[in-house]
Amino acid sequence: MNTPPLFEILTLSMQHLELVLITMSIAAALGIPGAVFLARRPSARRWAVWFANIGQTIPSLALFGFLLPIPGIGGIGPRTAIIALCIYALLPVLRNALTGILGVDAAVRESAVAMGMTARQVLWQVELPLATPCIIAGLRIATVSTIGTATIAAAIGGGGLGVFIFRGLAMADTNTILAGAVPAAIMALIADEVLEWIERKLSPA
Amino acid sequence: MSATPILEIRDLSCTIAGRPVLRQISLTVAEGEIVVLLGRSGSGKTTLLKTVNGLIRPDSGEILFQGQPVAAQDPIRLRRRMGYVIQDGGLFPHWTVEANIGLVPRLENWPLERTAARTTELLAALGLHGAELSRRYPRQLSGGQKQRVGIARALAADPPLLLMDEPFAALDPITRFDLQRQFLDLRRTVRKSALFVTHDVREALMLGSRVALLKDGTLDLVLTPHEFLAARTPEALAFLSGLDEPWRRP
Repeated sequence: MNTPPLFEILTLSMQHLELVLITMSIAAALGIPGAVFLARRPSARRWAVWFANIGQTIPSLALFGFLLPIPGIGGIGPRTAIIALCIYALLPVLRNALTGILGVDAAVRESAVAMGMTARQVLWQVELPLATPCIIAGLRIATVSTIGTATIAAAIGGGGLGVFIFRGLAMADTNTILAGAVPAAIMALIADEVLEWIERKLSPA
Repeated sequence: MSATPILEIRDLSCTIAGRPVLRQISLTVAEGEIVVLLGRSGSGKTTLLKTVNGLIRPDSGEILFQGQPVAAQDPIRLRRRMGYVIQDGGLFPHWTVEANIGLVPRLENWPLERTAARTTELLAALGLHGAELSRRYPRQLSGGQKQRVGIARALAADPPLLLMDEPFAALDPITRFDLQRQFLDLRRTVRKSALFVTHDVREALMLGSRVALLKDGTLDLVLTPHEFLAARTPEALAFLSGLDEPWRRP
């Protein structure tokens, strides 16, 4: 029985957090504008959501396996891990943002257009503000699940708290596994609370 | 009063999803006049209204607004000169009453004080008193209040023409009558032209300067309320039969 030293727990926690933050930034940067784009294109929307759904069904370890040999994407290290994590995080972000934008009352949208708002004004002043709670909820779901999934990054040298979990599994040592699992769980709970607070703050009226 | 009608619709036809919705409609709205588009559901009255501000593009025909063809104009600028009121108000739920009313003035970059003064003026004109009310959100208003705010929003930038799509249809009968009366009073003071869609013959006769009866996408007749009472086309009779002693049980 040997608990890893505190400084190592902190270092790997920071690494883990970094993986999650980079992943979520990319997922948000692709998913939210993607939803805005797809909201006006019903046929493209079907394909995109179908594609994102498929991405989610691939088991995470298998996905790492698929990505490893791809030149430019694969290889050992955090980059491959982040790409895989993004594939998972994208769907909840995209789908929630789409639900939020499409869920804006048709009468409200029609009034906005009929009162002489430009397409850009309708988007920024009406659709996005009204979709914000839904968009943040998507980010929240994706962040919490990414914090969990990111433990697998260690399998391909991506670092993070998964390092303890794989090490603990190899050594059959519960304390080492917990040194990875407990900080990840705490991180997920904090992220959930913080994002829920932001969701409430940004809710229109 | 100028001789040019505020709105002139010529030979307008429109097909939606392969179905002809409007056929050869010609109609004018003179300065200061309320023309009511009366018809059953699916008669094309809402479609006709939406072709005026370019929400729906007609297949053929022409619409002149203040003498200028609307097809040649920037739809954004055009819409800001036409107030628009719909059934459930269409108020922005995330904006206060004040912000909702100030929408078009803000889009038109009015100075803040001018927008604020106009908002106060309109709230008073529509019987919505109190500074407290202007800071409420639409969900904190009654149906009648929402609709008043909707009308105030449409009037905010002082457009020469109002487009109204069954604005009072969702209200209870007492509130509806109240708003109809208030709308008439308001019109005596501001003299706006309006194109007003309804399926309620009483409302049409009460509010219209003229009533345009639509049937299956064609204009059945266009008459003053007084003339309409004596009209004898089958569709006019169908609507008028609803006025006969409604209190008597069959």
